[in-house]
Amino acid sequence: MTAKSLFDKLWERHVVVEETADAPAVLFIDLHLVHEVTSPQAFSVLKDRGLKVRRPDLTIATLDHSTPTLPADEKGELPYATPEAKAQVETLIDNCKEHGITLFGLGDPRRGIVHVIGPELGLTQPGKTIVCGDSHTSTHGAFGALAFGIGTTEVGHVLATQCVLQRKPRSMRVRFEGAPAFGVTAKDLALATIAQIGADGGQGYAVEFAGPAIENLSMEGRMTLCNMSIEAGARFGMIAPDKTAFDWLKGRDYAPTDAAWDEAVSDWRALQTEEGAHFDKDVVVDAAAVKPMITFGVSPDAAAAVDGVQPSAADDDVAADYMQFEPDKPFSENAVHRVFIGSCTNSRLSDLRLAARVLRGRRVKDDVVALIVPGSEAVRREAEAEGLHKVFLDAGAEWREPGCSMCIAMNGDAGAPGDLVVSTSNRNFMGRQGKGVRTVLASPATAAASAIEGRIADPRPYLKDPAERFDVV
Amino acid sequence: MSFEPFTALTSQTVVLAKDNIDTDQIIPARFLTTTSREGLGRSAFYDWRYDDQGRARNSSTLNGVDPQTHKVLVAGANFGCGSSREHAPWALYDFGFRAVISSDIADIFTSNALKNGLLPVVVDAKTHQKLLQSPGAAVTIDLQTQTVRLPDGWQTVFEVEPFARRCLLDGVDPLGHLLNQTSAIEAFEDGRS
Repeated sequence: MTAKSLFDKLWERHVVVEETADAPAVLFIDLHLVHEVTSPQAFSVLKDRGLKVRRPDLTIATLDHSTPTLPADEKGELPYATPEAKAQVETLIDNCKEHGITLFGLGDPRRGIVHVIGPELGLTQPGKTIVCGDSHTSTHGAFGALAFGIGTTEVGHVLATQCVLQRKPRSMRVRFEGAPAFGVTAKDLALATIAQIGADGGQGYAVEFAGPAIENLSMEGRMTLCNMSIEAGARFGMIAPDKTAFDWLKGRDYAPTDAAWDEAVSDWRALQTEEGAHFDKDVVVDAAAVKPMITFGVSPDAAAAVDGVQPSAADDDVAADYMQFEPDKPFSENAVHRVFIGSCTNSRLSDLRLAARVLRGRRVKDDVVALIVPGSEAVRREAEAEGLHKVFLDAGAEWREPGCSMCIAMNGDAGAPGDLVVSTSNRNFMGRQGKGVRTVLASPATAAASAIEGRIADPRPYLKDPAERFDVV
Repeated sequence: MSFEPFTALTSQTVVLAKDNIDTDQIIPARFLTTTSREGLGRSAFYDWRYDDQGRARNSSTLNGVDPQTHKVLVAGANFGCGSSREHAPWALYDFGFRAVISSDIADIFTSNALKNGLLPVVVDAKTHQKLLQSPGAAVTIDLQTQTVRLPDGWQTVFEVEPFARRCLLDGVDPLGHLLNQTSAIEAFEDGRS
């Protein structure tokens, strides 16, 4: 019998109709996550065609992209960026009501960024197929799920049929050899990997991350890494489920209980990639050589160690022209105007703890605006229970309501033209965080250190105890 | 969603040679608060076409072309990378484009474009270079024969996923095909419960 990979097994379990020369496979979807931005036009198609949502029981919605991160005013009105943003939120509320879809909406203690709440509620589980009209759906692959972003037409397909049409992509394994050094986080591993294989290096592939550094990585770190798969062009990123994943999921709201839990775990254990399984491409990343990373261009593969210098560029280099980083100048000599700690990449409790570890007892540099946005209401509650918000507020940072915020900057949270923003989000595209804003991607530790120094800063001097290395990762 | 069936097209090209043109360039996120898919052409490449005061930039190639005669976008490698927003192909289609040619086009963008009458065409490096170096060239893209022909007679073939090709030729969305699988879907659901 041919040895199978995690991906092969996930795929086989969900094929409703096999692919042929003429048509892609019909793939069943176990969990459809919906948010306000990419769904309204899909619901309109259902309405136009007189169709119903086939499986509202497998569909979960939340509000995250367009929602303000500032609280409601005295009249209870939320400060939406535009009337359109408010209308978009209301449209999802109406659509969920009409179709009987569970919505973790405004005021709900379970609301948050779609890729943060799926795992934290235990909706995300090994062995599931998970889709969402959002490219960072690969985040859920950290649990050994087949999770991928889809377009709005496909959102309509899943609403109407609970299936997508998909040809099986090629497979790639990225093995991380060696142990990450002190001060190196999953975000740094992700940026180093993207720099190594390129922003299109994973295009057409389903990627499995493996190797000793992954086995030792926390669940939150695994989510950060899988989240960034799409920044290397890979729609699917995944990690074989193990004890770390099972321990993390146990007891969560939607996780199985009692005998069903034991049964599920033994089923999930069988998902591991078998020895000798075929991959179309193999990549090895030397995890031990990775340093804290930052980006210096307008594509996530323009990444380098934070203690490095700006590479020289061709005269017509759009990225160099936009970023205004002088060639051969140390990155650390670039003044920072804003810092954003949040997004589906780095807004979980562990990220906030790491940022707090750097900021505790210190001050954000004068004139630097530091925005800290928890990924969900649950993360906010847990962070506040630990007093992390006080650490941030005492340091002079802003502590906001959960949401996507400055990662996509469509809710009014944005930088000003020319600002240099050190951001824990996932994309450094031109204008991503506001018109003319220059984005430097980094880990929460690097972002926090940069907030203190008012320039791009190496976090390692702020993380003193080398014994806590794995806590950092 | 309806779009014109795509069979063959002869049109001039617009060249945007930059690599990694992401979906935030194609349509900035602040235009995504819409609940409609109509009229997004005015937001296409908005920050490339307009300055901070909303005035058209003379430097933008896109401002100098007639969408009626320039329906083919030629772009640098890794076109359409980034988010899954289908607003990107909606905006390009509404602007007037019917095809995008590059050496390399992102997966989700490709999937979305094919469902909206916008043909993504991936060509070899040599053809790509020829196209990048001849903005305004009248190219012929034939989906029946899966060929691209340049004015100098240079011709190359391209791949398209066969099912998506059929949908484009017929001008239909694949939802009908999926709805026809209902009995298989029911059987699958029954087998799991």
